[in-house]
Amino acid sequence: MMDVLYFAWVRERVGLPKERVETGAATVRELVAELKAREPRYEAAFADEGALRVAVDQELTDFDASLTGAREVAFFPPMTGG
Amino acid sequence: MDIRVQESPFAFGAEAEAFAARQRGMGAVVTFTGIVRDLPGGMAHMEIEHYPGMTEAALRKIAEEAQARWDLGDALIIHRHGRLGPDEMIMMVATAARHRVAAFEAAEFLMDFLKSRAPFWKKEHLSEGAQWVAAKEEDEAALDRWAPKEGA
Repeated sequence: MMDVLYFAWVRERVGLPKERVETGAATVRELVAELKAREPRYEAAFADEGALRVAVDQELTDFDASLTGAREVAFFPPMTGG
Repeated sequence: MDIRVQESPFAFGAEAEAFAARQRGMGAVVTFTGIVRDLPGGMAHMEIEHYPGMTEAALRKIAEEAQARWDLGDALIIHRHGRLGPDEMIMMVATAARHRVAAFEAAEFLMDFLKSRAPFWKKEHLSEGAQWVAAKEEDEAALDRWAPKEGA
C-alpha cells in the first residue's frame, strides 16, 4: 500500500487530492500504467507524461524511479513558485 | 537560516529590518519580493497550492546549497500559499554575505530554484475563468547558469 498524491490540474482531473493504492508496481511508470487502466479520469490526468513531474517520498525523481520501499508518490505539473 | 511557508501575509519592511539587524560581520544584505501582478482584463485573485512537507524540505535544501556556495552569513525565505489578491506580496528572500556580489548572486540563485524546483502551483482566477499558470521554458533555462562548470 502506498499514498498517491495529486496536485494542481492533476488533482482536478483525477478528482481527489490523495488516495491509498494497493499496488505491486516496481517503478513509477508501472504505477502510472495501472492507474490509467482504472478509469478515464486517470487516463486524462496521465495522458501526457512529458507534462508531469513526480516525487517519490517527497524527492523529485523521474518515471523510471523504483518504488521499492516507497511510502508516498506524488504527481503534479511543472512547478511555478516564486 | 529561516524558512517559512505560510498562508498569512508578512511584513516585508519589518522582516528585512530584523534580518539585517541580526547579522554580524556581513557587508551586504539583498532582498527580493515577489508580488501578484494584476493582468489585463483584471485578476480576481491568485490561488497558490503547495505540497506540505516537501515544500519546506525543498526550500531548506535550496537555501543550504546557496549558503554553502556563496558562504552566506544567513538566508531567509518566506513563501505564501492560499488565496492572494492583486498587488499582494507572495514571497520574499533575503541573503546576507560579506560582499554584495555574493549576496546578489545567492538571491538570484534562490529565486531561480524557487521558480521551478519548489512544489508550488499558481492558479489565476480571472474575470472570464480560472487557469493554471504554465511553467515557462525560460525559467527552466535559468537553472543552467548555476550548473557546475565543466572541469570545475
